Amino acid sequence: MKHEIVEKNVGLLAVLILVAISFGGLAEVVPLFFQKQTTEPVEGLEPLSALELEGRGIYRREGCVGCHSQMVRPFRAETERYGHYNVAGEQVYEHNFLWGSKRTGPDLARVGGRYSDDWHRAHLYNPRDVVPESIMPAYPWLFENTLDGEATPRKMRTLRTLGVPYTDEDIDNAAEEVRGTQEITALVAYLQQLGTVLEGTR
Amino acid sequence: MNNLWGDSLSSFWSSWIIFITLGTIALSVWILLANRRTDKTPDAEGNVETTGHAADGIEEYDNPLPKWWFQLFVLTVVFALGYLVLYPGLGNYAGVLGWSQESQWEEEVAQAEERFTPIFAQYQEVPIPELAEDSEAMQVAERIYQNNCAVCHGSNAQGGYGFPNLTDDDWLYGGEPENILTTLHNGRNGLMPSWQQLGQENIENLTQYVLSLSNEAHDEERAEQGESTFMAVCAACHGPNAMGNTAIGAPNLTDDIWLYLAPGQEVGDSIRQTLRNGRNGHMPAQAAYIGEERVHLVAAYVYSLRLED
Repeated sequence: MKHEIVEKNVGLLAVLILVAISFGGLAEVVPLFFQKQTTEPVEGLEPLSALELEGRGIYRREGCVGCHSQMVRPFRAETERYGHYNVAGEQVYEHNFLWGSKRTGPDLARVGGRYSDDWHRAHLYNPRDVVPESIMPAYPWLFENTLDGEATPRKMRTLRTLGVPYTDEDIDNAAEEVRGTQEITALVAYLQQLGTVLEGTR
Repeated sequence: MNNLWGDSLSSFWSSWIIFITLGTIALSVWILLANRRTDKTPDAEGNVETTGHAADGIEEYDNPLPKWWFQLFVLTVVFALGYLVLYPGLGNYAGVLGWSQESQWEEEVAQAEERFTPIFAQYQEVPIPELAEDSEAMQVAERIYQNNCAVCHGSNAQGGYGFPNLTDDDWLYGGEPENILTTLHNGRNGLMPSWQQLGQENIENLTQYVLSLSNEAHDEERAEQGESTFMAVCAACHGPNAMGNTAIGAPNLTDDIWLYLAPGQEVGDSIRQTLRNGRNGHMPAQAAYIGEERVHLVAAYVYSLRLED
């Protein structure tokens, strides 16, 4: 093949580049869309409640994912500290994934139940109150802001189109469930369910 | 344990992966060889072939890739093929070495267990008061404490607002070895209900009565009025003498230890707040997180805190 043809036709060059870089994805990613262990929920997995879902929104808004991963990898050093490594079936209702890629703070994939609600509230109000050496920012506004729940049903409906099995009842009651709740309550509810579905996570 | 790579690929997807992976390698090899020019001898007139590109009269030779460069490409192909033989990469083919992410993890865990289980098992045999005297064991235990408990109870174990001090001799649920073990093992849920419904007057009277129990400054008259309410409402858990009840974690109200006294707060304000809103102390169960052996060690560590100074 003459280089010239490719080099002088930008369109053809672009197409061939796309073909060349698609092989990796075709071999490594595409089959995952058709594997049971990546598409089927683990036993007992429930969609997040309206309150937990709002908490997840706050988790994203405040950029928690920038410093906290939610991905326990299958290494002993990690499973020893955090619990069982992540499995894909736990994450099938996650849109988007909050796996993160940086651990300035600890991994949170299995933080649910580790600490009391009171601890989380104290810690988020001012981390230094409970962990003197912490460098985590304080989030005092979470205690002042309350949720109005207006967007909650829409969020749940959107998630349903992506395959999260919310019932009509869930969606109808969503706004009611979160209205007037402090943001901190929603965030703590979200944190307390993280990674709690798998039995025997040690 | 939950299987990370539980079900294998269907034969279609397995072949799909094998085809694309090997196809890509074959394609790379073809591109590499098809473009390889080795002939750079000048023709009869002494001209060497150029690419035909010219700028300001300077022409570009069409020389082949340097040999070392070409060989690097060959090396990557050889590496890829070798890797695919040894490790899982081609669909369901497991690789000659039989390596998997999961088996590597299992091996790591098994190795650690082999090394540490006898040590923990040996400590498990020792009664807690005795273990608390073993300085080597306590070094291990302190590490476990710092990693798992210090987050709430503090690195000095003196607790904080809402988190009990473990170094004093005041115990919500009892400080005997078996009490500490139960606490660590199953966790605890303290429940002080809200008494908002008693009304402002009664809450104020009760507050003054509770203040009087520990000889804090209080209003004598209101304290007297509060006593009957205390006996009717509070004594069920805190006891008629207000000494508390370790069976349900009802605190002793006659000492000067206040779990929910915020820094700089008046004791009276804290009591009022407790009466109005109630309190929910929650100690998460630890056995599921750190395992029996470590629970035993940490219990001994908590027990050992009273032995210091």
